[in-house]
Amino acid sequence: MRPFTYVRAHEVGTALAEAEADSRADFLAGGTTQLDLMKDGVLRPDRLIDITRLPLHGIEERQGALIVGALVTMEELAADPVAGRRLPLVREALLRSASVQLRNMATIGGNLLQRTRCRYFRDPTVAACNKRDRGSGCAAVHGSHRTHAVLGTSEHCIATHASDVAVTLVALDAVVHISGAAGDRKVPLTGFYRTPGDTPDVENDLRPGELIAAVEIPLLPEGARSDYLKVRDRSSYEFALASAAVAVGLGADRRIEWARVGLGGVATVPWRAVEAEAVLTGSPADGEVFASAAAAAVAGAEPRPQNAFKVDLAQRTLVRTLQTVTGAGS
Amino acid sequence: MTLQAKPHAEESLPQTEFTLRVNGRDHPLRTDARLTLLDALHDRLGLTGTKKGCDQGTCGACTVHVDGRRVLSCLTLAAQCDEREIATVEGLGTEDELHPVQRAFLEHDAFQCGYCTPGQIMSALGLMAEGRAGSPDEIREYMSGNICRCGAYQNIVAAIRDVAGTEDGGRADDVPQAEGGRP
Ligand SMILES: Cc1cc2nc3c(=O)[nH]c(=O)nc-3n(C[C@H](O)[C@H](O)[C@H](O)COP(=O)(O)OP(=O)(O)OC[C@H]3O[C@@H](n4cnc5c(N)ncnc54)[C@H](O)[C@@H]3O)c2cc1C
Ligand code: FES
Ligand code: FES
Repeated sequence: MRPFTYVRAHEVGTALAEAEADSRADFLAGGTTQLDLMKDGVLRPDRLIDITRLPLHGIEERQGALIVGALVTMEELAADPVAGRRLPLVREALLRSASVQLRNMATIGGNLLQRTRCRYFRDPTVAACNKRDRGSGCAAVHGSHRTHAVLGTSEHCIATHASDVAVTLVALDAVVHISGAAGDRKVPLTGFYRTPGDTPDVENDLRPGELIAAVEIPLLPEGARSDYLKVRDRSSYEFALASAAVAVGLGADRRIEWARVGLGGVATVPWRAVEAEAVLTGSPADGEVFASAAAAAVAGAEPRPQNAFKVDLAQRTLVRTLQTVTGAGS
Repeated sequence: MTLQAKPHAEESLPQTEFTLRVNGRDHPLRTDARLTLLDALHDRLGLTGTKKGCDQGTCGACTVHVDGRRVLSCLTLAAQCDEREIATVEGLGTEDELHPVQRAFLEHDAFQCGYCTPGQIMSALGLMAEGRAGSPDEIREYMSGNICRCGAYQNIVAAIRDVAGTEDGGRADDVPQAEGGRP
């Protein structure tokens, strides 16, 4: 690890000023991404601003939404009674992530900003990684890419975004509250992430020195049915090969009145499957509709030799989740 | 590089000062900011019970409690723990009387080489405090952050069940088993 100066901020204003003063400063929350990548030599800040003591630890229900402070841990949000009742898919995604020890450390803000698990990104001895070093190439395209993305890719980067909970949050239209030296702003999570294009190093809308202060999660209407299903190489403590976040409103005639669909493990950003939602909305909850919704979700997929199986797997994962939430067509 | 140059360079590295409170005792430290909690315990305080397996957050051997919650000391900076309460395996039991979880691990032969054991025990204590030892499957799910290279898992589950009084029971309702779709 490269030497750095450690500073601890107790107020948001101080943290922002510290970041503003040093363009080579990074924030430290739970550290489960930040310290890991510093040990690997991927991140090399001069200054580490410990933000864990900022007053951003609260969870508050306000006007039909849950406002979750950026420093709330994954375990804390999973244990929140309102989240458990009104956002069961969020709870499920959290409890299927990482391990208890990691979830006790990892924060919601940090989770949204976690970096890809692409082994080439995480290994600075590999020269070719456009995410680490723009213009250097992508070792994964012709290398090992079984776990890589099939949606939202470009020839410059196929790295998967590994967050589980972010997949539920894009489906739920969550909003990121951002604080910066120049002021505060709110950005919908669906517009927050950037697919790689020819600048894979730019992953989101956050400007240098800005801080995520909170995430606003609109609660599901009473009666909504929802679930998060994660499919992986082992049944616990593993990243998703494919996952689906689904919420639907089902009418008395078993028609789908509205639908929200997110996909994980298969895309370069937490993926909102609007094409699938369009197929589902107004249609009967049956196997045929589920299959066409799933086909629509992956219509734009660009599989490569080792990850072509994900196109099927993503569809099956989505269909299974739709069956579970609607109780139809198994 | 001359022999004198090295200590000089070390001294010029950014230092931090803080107090580590471990098992109820305060330890003032002045160190290079890069020091992890794991290395602080092991190398600075001589508390070698906490083990370094992967040093990358994947194996759980370094599990300790910070403010009552189980965490990984290899991905925690020591400086971050200023004024926090840290509990390690050394704080359990006494010379004459083992902690019930330690005793259960012995009685159930819940280890072979023993390298993962301090982490398993600290994690098991967390598991029970969280109320997650309700069934064997629940124990397996919520202990999954602790890897045992010797594969003593069956006996680890048995030891925890013994202490927690876990029923034989079926599967935990909210723990999906090996979801389908394996490629
Ligand atoms: C072994 C292992 C397994 C894992 N498995 C899973 C899994 O199954 N599913 C899953 O979703 N995740 C998984 N993760 C990833 C884990 O969830 C993330 O590392 C974690 O959520 C990051 O949160 P943190 O608080 O530790 O962030 P940090 O590591 O502290 O920070 C992450 C990044 O965000 C920045 N940052 C943090 N907070 C803020 C803020 N409020 N404002 C601005 N910038 C900020 C930091 O500067 C840093 O660049 C796993 C991680 C490990 C090590
Ligand atoms: S040494 Fe910390 S998790 Fe392996
Ligand atoms: S007993 Fe050897 S690693 Fe667990």
